[in-house]
Amino acid sequence: MASKFQSWWQGVRYRGGGPMITWMLHRIGGLAMVVFVGMHVFASFLTQQFGSGLGTTLNLIYQSPYFQAPLYFFVIFHALNGLRIILLDTFPKLLEYQRELIWLQWIVFIPIYGLAVFFILAQIVSGE
Amino acid sequence: MRNRTVPQPSMSFEYIMWMFTRISGLALLFLGAVSLVIALAMGARQLLDMPTLARWTFFPNPNHVVNSKIPDVTQGWANAYWQIMQIVIAFFGISHGFNGLRVIIEDYIGNTIWQPMLRGLLFLVWLFFLIMAVFVILAS
Repeated sequence: MASKFQSWWQGVRYRGGGPMITWMLHRIGGLAMVVFVGMHVFASFLTQQFGSGLGTTLNLIYQSPYFQAPLYFFVIFHALNGLRIILLDTFPKLLEYQRELIWLQWIVFIPIYGLAVFFILAQIVSGE
Repeated sequence: MRNRTVPQPSMSFEYIMWMFTRISGLALLFLGAVSLVIALAMGARQLLDMPTLARWTFFPNPNHVVNSKIPDVTQGWANAYWQIMQIVIAFFGISHGFNGLRVIIEDYIGNTIWQPMLRGLLFLVWLFFLIMAVFVILAS
């Protein structure tokens, strides 16, 4: 049992380095999006067909800026990281520069996510 | 946790799904860009605020733009073209997501008896969500 826990811990433990951060964020963000989109589709189905209040309740949660900020982080990160993975799979010679590509990915990510955060903060400030 | 290697090009299930993940990911980005550009061409700068435009970009459903300055969403924002777009996006999105879920689950359980069982269960849940999404799209 101890060894099973250890191997689980080896998989989850943070061992440093940009590649592992991107790998973990890609997984966590992907799972978060499956849950979010799945619940959203299910809630709209219930609202549309049975007039259930569940969809309205969920929409209120989804509209809140504290839910949107991490969601936009995951969506934008997942998209950019996926593009980097496709690029590396198509041109395997670039694997030599994968750490530099991860830095480039963060440089592209920060202004795009910054723009999303700006609009979310504007929503909080204006109190809508 | 087991190691996962890049599947070799052959007509195996893993290779087809590996390829599908990349194609559907690119297709979702492309379809989002198409929805965004057409919305801007239909006057989204005057009609929609930023969160509404983002919602429309992710999924061009008329319910996503109903609280906006659009006088009548049935004029251009809700028609058969957008229904086809939504069905294609829903198919790619749900399949991409459930395949990712399968990959993550199979990374952690390995080749046990649970693998085919969970694969079958995920297939049914995938089918359920696909049918439900198409139902919502055609009824909205």
